[in-house]
Parts: sequence; C-alpha cells; structure tokens
Amino acid sequence: MATPILRWCCPGRRWVFAGIGSVSRHGRGVPTGSTSSGKRGQSSVAQQPLITAQKPRKGEREWAAVVGLEIHAQIASNSKLFSGSQVDFAAPPNSLVSFFDASLPGTLPVLNRRCVEAAVMTGLALDCHINRRSLFDRKHYFYADLPAGYQITQQRLPIAVNGSLVYSVCVGKRQSQMVTKTAGVKQIQLEQDSGKSLHDSLRSQTLVDLNRAGVGLLEVVLEPDMSCGEEAAAAIRELQLILQALGTSQANMAEGQLRVDANISVHNPGEPLGVRTEVKNLNSARFLAKAIDYEIQRQINELENGGKILNETRSFDYKLGFMPEPNLPPLLLYDSGSLPTGTDPQQVINIDQLREQLPELPRVTREKLVQQYGMLPEHSFALLNEVGLLEFFQNVIKETRAEPKKVTSWVLNTFLGFLKQQNLAVSESPVTPSALAELLDLLDRKAISSSAAKQVFQELWRSKGKTPAQIVAEKKLELMQDAEVLEQLCRSTLEAHPQVVTDVKKGNPRAINKLIGLVRRATLGRADPTVIKEVLERQLSS
Amino acid sequence: MWTRALWLGLRASAGGRRGFPSKADPQGSRRVTAELIEHLERLALVDFGSQEAVARLEKAIAFADRLRAVDTDGVEPMESVLEDRCLYLRSDNVVEGNCAEELLQNSHRVVEEYFVAPPGNISWPKLDEKEPFSHC
Repeated sequence: MATPILRWCCPGRRWVFAGIGSVSRHGRGVPTGSTSSGKRGQSSVAQQPLITAQKPRKGEREWAAVVGLEIHAQIASNSKLFSGSQVDFAAPPNSLVSFFDASLPGTLPVLNRRCVEAAVMTGLALDCHINRRSLFDRKHYFYADLPAGYQITQQRLPIAVNGSLVYSVCVGKRQSQMVTKTAGVKQIQLEQDSGKSLHDSLRSQTLVDLNRAGVGLLEVVLEPDMSCGEEAAAAIRELQLILQALGTSQANMAEGQLRVDANISVHNPGEPLGVRTEVKNLNSARFLAKAIDYEIQRQINELENGGKILNETRSFDYKLGFMPEPNLPPLLLYDSGSLPTGTDPQQVINIDQLREQLPELPRVTREKLVQQYGMLPEHSFALLNEVGLLEFFQNVIKETRAEPKKVTSWVLNTFLGFLKQQNLAVSESPVTPSALAELLDLLDRKAISSSAAKQVFQELWRSKGKTPAQIVAEKKLELMQDAEVLEQLCRSTLEAHPQVVTDVKKGNPRAINKLIGLVRRATLGRADPTVIKEVLERQLSS
Repeated sequence: MWTRALWLGLRASAGGRRGFPSKADPQGSRRVTAELIEHLERLALVDFGSQEAVARLEKAIAFADRLRAVDTDGVEPMESVLEDRCLYLRSDNVVEGNCAEELLQNSHRVVEEYFVAPPGNISWPKLDEKEPFSHC
C-alpha cells in the first residue's frame, strides 16, 4: 500500500478517531438509520477531544466520508399533483382533501400541468437531461397516512436525470474565502406527499390529517459527492436559493417544504466505499450539518473499535413494492423542434419555451454583482443569503452617489449587524434604503466623518421619522468646514505638547496618534481624523 | 392486487435452502422459503399461518406460471393498456376538497376531524423493521 497521503476531504476537516469510549445515542435527538454490532469495549487511545486540522499520529488511520442526499421539495402550486384540492398548510384537518386524496374507490389521478412545469424548470436550472418520455410508478407500503397503500412516484424513468448542482463553501482560517464545488444530480422525479400522522401514545392511537396527502413533491437525488456536513449544508442552501428563485418551491425547511435524507458512509482513502447508513428527515439547516458530522464520527468510532456498520433500512437487496401506475400513460414532453401540430397548447409542454422563461439563477446574480460593483464573491453570497437584502442594497445604490464598495460595506456590516442583533428581517428594518442613501451621501460629501456617520445610523435606527440631515444638525455632528480653524487648532496643540512632538520626530509611530486624539477632542469630534493627521504631518515636517 | 407483488417477489428470490417441505413441485426451483414467507407477510399483511396456506400459495404461483407458455420473444412489454393514450394535463386550479364531514363519515373512529388509526405502523407480531417514512 502506498504511504498514506493526507487527504483534504473537507475544508478544515480531517477525520480522526476521537477516542470516545462508548457512543451514546439520544432517542429522538439524533436520528440514525442503523444500529451497529461489534465490540464496544475500552478504547486503547487516550480520551481526547476531536481537534480539527491536527496531523494524524503514527498508526492512526485517515478517514474519508461520503455523503449523498435525497431532497424532497414541496412544489409551489395551487392544487395538488393528481387532484384539484388546495395546497395550503394552515387549514382545518381534512378540509383540503378530495375523494381521490382519501383514496375512495373509483377515483383516478389527473396530472397537474403546473407541477410538470416546475419539475422541468428545476431540471433545466440544474443542467439535467430532460427525459422526453417519463413514467409513473406505484411504490407500495403500509402506513396510516397513506390511504391508497401506495405512493405515485417516478422511480424507473424520472422526468430529469444527470445534472449538477454548483455550490460554494467557506474555507480559510477566517472562513472568508469561497471555494466552488459540484454535486451531481442523479435524478429529479415527481411524487406525491403523504398525509400527516399525530401519534397519541397515551390513548394508543394515531390521528391522521390528509391535507398534505397528494401534494406534489420534487425529489432531487444528489450523488454522494459531498464529504462532510458543511458541504451538504452548503449544497442544500444553494438548492434552496435556486428553487426560490425559480418559484418552483418555497423550500422553507422549518415549514417542512424542504426535507432532506442523508446517506453516509466512511472509508479509508484508496479503499472501497463503506456501508451506507441513512439519516432521515432532517428539517433544519443548522441541525443537518451537525447530524451528518455526528453520524460520520459515530461510524468512524465504531469501525476503529472493531465494530461493523449495519444498514437496517435495506435488509433485502431487491426493491419490492414497485409496479407501473396503470392509470397514467407516459408523460411526453416536447421542444420547439418536435411540437405536435394541431394540438391544444394547454396539453403540450414545450421545454424550450420553459428554458427561455427561466428566471435569473442565484449564481448568475452573484456574478453580475461581482462584475458590476467590484465586490468580493463572499459579499455577493451574503447579499443573496438574506431575504430582501439584495433589493435593499440595490435601492440604496440607486439613490446614493457613494461608491458601491462603500454601500456594500455599510449594508453588510453595519445594517446587517443591527438586523442580526435584534433578530429582525430586512422587511422589519426601521431604516429605509432612502435614509441610508442620504447618510452615505453626507459621508461621501465629507459633511460628516465616518465615526459620526455610525452615530447617525444608530440614531436613525432608534428614532423613526428623523432624516440623517436632521440628526446631524441636532447632534452637531457636521465636520468642520473651515480649514483655517483646523490649522490653528493643530498648531496650538503642537505648541502645547512639545514632548510628544519630540517623540514623533524621533520616529515613535504611536506618538502621532496621541496628537490626533488631542486635536479631535479640541474639535469636539467635528474633524476627520485622517484630515487631522495630514495637517499635523504637514505642520511637523515644515 | 397483491398477487402481482407476490409474483414479483417470488421471481426475484433466489432459491432458498430451508423452507416448508412441499410436494414435488413441477418447477423445482420455485420453493417458497420461510424467509420469503415472512417478508411477504409483512408486505402484504397476509397471514400464511399454516402449511396448508403455503401449499395453496405455491399452487397459485404454479397456476400463474402458465403465462410462461406464451412466447414473448422480441415483444416489447407494455406499460399499461393506456400507453399510447395522451396524458391529460389539468390546469392548476382548486376545484375540489372542503368535504371533511363527508369523508369522516367513512371512518370507524374519528377524533375532532382527524381519522383515527392504530398506533405507529400496522401492528404485526414479526414486524421489527423501521417504518419507511417518519413524518411528524
């Protein structure tokens, strides 16, 4: 075997055996799809915390993790995938259920055009090959919230295959650099959502609400191209932004509109892949990365302890319970070259037309921001990462004469900082784009100093209705415009502190700051420190 | 309806070594193993409690096996009898629902507009597998 190469499997992350003696499993807290067998005895490695970026010691094995994802996104449509009942999430139980959704005998599925378009658009955005002919299947299993006893899905021949999802992760010590990564999209398929079960263990019963039964889902299967929780979370985030930009799904994890299952295995680099386990139903972005990393570490610990990874959710090799959906003919899609003549346009879906109508994707929006405003890629990410922030930024840019770089800095640092501190959304901001634009104009004209500007911003945030100009006047924050007065003040300060002057002339770099501070106090904060420095230096050298 | 699922299952199973002793089977390899019975019982929720039931099952499979007498070489299998029909696309409008009262009348037990079902997955003595979807 070749000498072990340090495999950089994840930015800042090397997987090392953490020396945990026993693995504790908290009931519902950390969902794992497997149990493991094997010795769980004393570890021979001393207890130590998992330290990232640590060189593996002699004899310690390097591990690489492999993570694949299955994502279910609820399609943003008015009605369900195969029936005309409404899609909504806050309705009385079982009020949004049609006879078909309740699986009453004699009902048949009727495909919703909007759901097909959503699937095609998503496939196009992820660079997939769109299958001109796709098929529907039934996947059988028994559960109280699946009244038909099967789910209509597209296992055999889905609507889109072989695409890719480009995303970025932060690397570097300060997490400031962005590296682009790609995860393959194995397929995208249309399928039905199930109803909701409420378990009442007290009375030993399950309460079933079928409002969600039959809602259209897009299942997006990502190839196991990710190597840790952070990469998986970043990929999911980008997919969320894409779906939201397309309007095909609101993709809100907290509301269950985006659900993720992760398939995880570990192996030694250079050796074959290990046994996969499944971590199901992750529905929080923050928890997702942690849960995946936890499972990776658990598997490593188990294997290092001499145990084995067992996959319980797939005890049989073959897939039982699939059959073609006999009530639905194949789904045929067309492009401009193959459009059938003389058919009702409502009954025909043209892929080329959908491609032309695709909205701008987040990746393109970010590139444009970098090109147009000269900002760093990570800034463009930050602007798109918060709902409404990009629009806010663009409105400020429109109204101000200040440099885009200044605007970027103020929006991402000061404005966003205040929002986060008070846990507010952009839409709830007490400061309007116009107000910030006006403030930046004052700064740009050098009517106020940057420290004064920060004070004004704080006041703007607190007291609604006042304009920056009003606040500046009230607090007397205007910069001294009379150069002569400043010259005079500097000269008198120099005269009053001969010792400091000597220090400066001797070459002490910090002495000048003392002088600047003195002048600032003398001007009651109404002079720009950089200007003061210029004047002092000029006077000192003459 | 589940006969087809059984059929698929049996076709896919490799011949097992253990199993219920059965009468000489014309098709030899079509022995139904205990493992397969357990699996099918879980999937189809049918109780093959007795040897008689298993024998009946094997007879049913042998009966269906007669389909093999038809020569289908070079014939493309159909998806469904509808496969050259047009798949109708419905406009995305809300036209049904709002009939909770009607639907709940079908249920044996109801609690405040919820259907009531037994707890967890359908209870079955040998069932120790995790439920396929956990939703709440």
